[in-house]
Amino acid sequence: MPSDREPLPRPVTGEKPAERSSEFTTISGHPIRRLYSRSDLSGWDPNRDLGLPGAPPYTRGIHPAMYRGRLWTMRQFAGFGSARDTNERFRYLLSQGQAGLSVAFDLPTLMGYDADHSLAEGEVGKCGVAISSLADMEALFDQIPLASVSTSMTINSPAAVIWAMYLAVAEKQGADWKQLSGTLQNDILKEYIAQKEYIYPPKPSMRLVIDTIEFAARHTPKFNPISVSGYHIREAGSTAIQELAFTLRDGIEYVEWGIRRGMAVDDFAPSLSFFFNAHNDFFEEIAKYRAARRVWYKTMTERFGAKLARSSALRFHAQTAGCSLTAQQPYNNVVRTALQALAAVMGGAQSLHANSLDEAWALPTEFAATLALRTQQILAHETGVANTVDPFGGSYFVETLTNEAEEGAWKYIRKIDAMGGMIPAIERGYPQREIGDASYRYQTAVDRKEKIIVGVNDFTGEEKAIEVLRIDESVRAEQAQRLRTLRAERSGEAVARNLTTLRKAAQGTENLMPHIYAAVKSYATLGEICDSLRDVFGTYEEASVA
Amino acid sequence: MPDRRIRVLIAKPGLDGHDRGAKIIARALRDAGMEVIYTGLRQTPEMIASAALQEDVDVIGLSILSGAHNTLVPQLLGLLKQKGMDDVTVLLGGTIPEADIPGLKAAGVAGIFLPGASTQDIVNFVREHAPRKT
Repeated sequence: MPSDREPLPRPVTGEKPAERSSEFTTISGHPIRRLYSRSDLSGWDPNRDLGLPGAPPYTRGIHPAMYRGRLWTMRQFAGFGSARDTNERFRYLLSQGQAGLSVAFDLPTLMGYDADHSLAEGEVGKCGVAISSLADMEALFDQIPLASVSTSMTINSPAAVIWAMYLAVAEKQGADWKQLSGTLQNDILKEYIAQKEYIYPPKPSMRLVIDTIEFAARHTPKFNPISVSGYHIREAGSTAIQELAFTLRDGIEYVEWGIRRGMAVDDFAPSLSFFFNAHNDFFEEIAKYRAARRVWYKTMTERFGAKLARSSALRFHAQTAGCSLTAQQPYNNVVRTALQALAAVMGGAQSLHANSLDEAWALPTEFAATLALRTQQILAHETGVANTVDPFGGSYFVETLTNEAEEGAWKYIRKIDAMGGMIPAIERGYPQREIGDASYRYQTAVDRKEKIIVGVNDFTGEEKAIEVLRIDESVRAEQAQRLRTLRAERSGEAVARNLTTLRKAAQGTENLMPHIYAAVKSYATLGEICDSLRDVFGTYEEASVA
Repeated sequence: MPDRRIRVLIAKPGLDGHDRGAKIIARALRDAGMEVIYTGLRQTPEMIASAALQEDVDVIGLSILSGAHNTLVPQLLGLLKQKGMDDVTVLLGGTIPEADIPGLKAAGVAGIFLPGASTQDIVNFVREHAPRKT
């Protein structure tokens, strides 16, 4: 049986078959061979390395039946303008078959500023919904029963505050916290590495994250207090293996901090969830997800001694790659998104967001958002890919790529371990530089047409403008008015008292969630609470490397 | 006397933290032989205008993906005019809807580069439009 280790049989003419290029690589630059065969898996043991779905090492998936038991959650990210605008879009998406909510917040909210802050000028409601207080959160979830609608919130530095608002709304609705389902992104490490929406320095930020994890372990067992993310790392230009490695190493960091807090690993590890990108290179992505599960299983059992299956079975949400979508010929993006979503499904994602075609221009119109949801629905109900578990299991190619992804991930994990962990690595700019270099390498390849982007550097044509969503400046004025009303109607004395208590607690080591919750319920604003913490923790700015 | 190297300030105005593009452009311009200063994130128009004045730049490249361009860019252009710097060439890159382009150009932005623009096109544009100083 010929294998790639032996020369392929030559055709009768004795000429080497011509190929389109002298080398073939994934979009990340990983070399791809002409053919994969059994000899590529010579060290591979299917019992040890593949296993069964729902059993260690989880390469094939974390549930025995996967999508035959339950489809992935179709969870389209949405948010713009005011809470009322977004509430309307949420209720529309739920009526169209969306299974869970995913909230996008605007930049002032993400950075812990109220809508009337001077730095919020021009930014209110533009990238997501403006939330400055519990009153806004109540409007956001109007007519949406949090007890039965799983809700994910993409918020990081002020995550504890936004989560407290969510919990307060749930309480007002009469929901039992123990039944609440959803996710808080709350992954501050990747902010320093990639998304750059940090407020406070690393140590107090980590304290806040561990506070939420500890609070969740006690009060909201079905809620994921963190979504350890690689999506943003990939969007910043990393390779697939960097995305995989830095994400898992961030996960390791959170586990270490949780254990140092005094929690037993099995008490909180089951609540950790992950978030990966679903990029263009189809097989590279599938291998990445499979490797992620295997690496996490080995990490949790060998490094941390986790005993519960749920502690070492990696659950993840995926989002199709925003950075791959083009401003040119935007309808091409429908195709890209569909193929990327397919990769995520072939890779066993628990939850999925498919991007809209107008991503490179603006936030999605209702038309584009609906088409993105339909993409998921067609995938689930018309393609047949959800009818069996891990369809690519046993493929010479995919198992080899999975092995190579795992190997690449361990190399980076060991390197970061040697630096003393992810925080020292961040402080010396290591992951940031790796990402910057990878992104520059990719751009150079695109500029040289070594990597083709259809409609951009090849197959170009005349452009026709599409209709895009516009968010006007009136949202800021409206929010400013709401804040004036709020400040007039609440007890200023209660707010001041609660903020003082919070500041005092922040100076110590107790869990801040109860204090944040009290502040939120007295209608202290997001900005006021975040400023109180700024007073104690200080703020952070990176030493720019460009 | 040879022309001095073109001096470019690459800036991130507003709250937006997406710096992939800004960093790539900074590096490409540096590789093309220009002097590049990158401001880092979360710069107000005041901070950018100050930096541009202090660094005596020929060109300012703004990167905005947040949708705040119609607020921040006119503010910056106004400050440049106030400081007597309206000979500085201002470029803009990021998430800019088609409909906003004419208004921004009329306000004084020399070039707008959308996602997909090649770094070489940007390098060439800067070379062609940077004010000549000796």
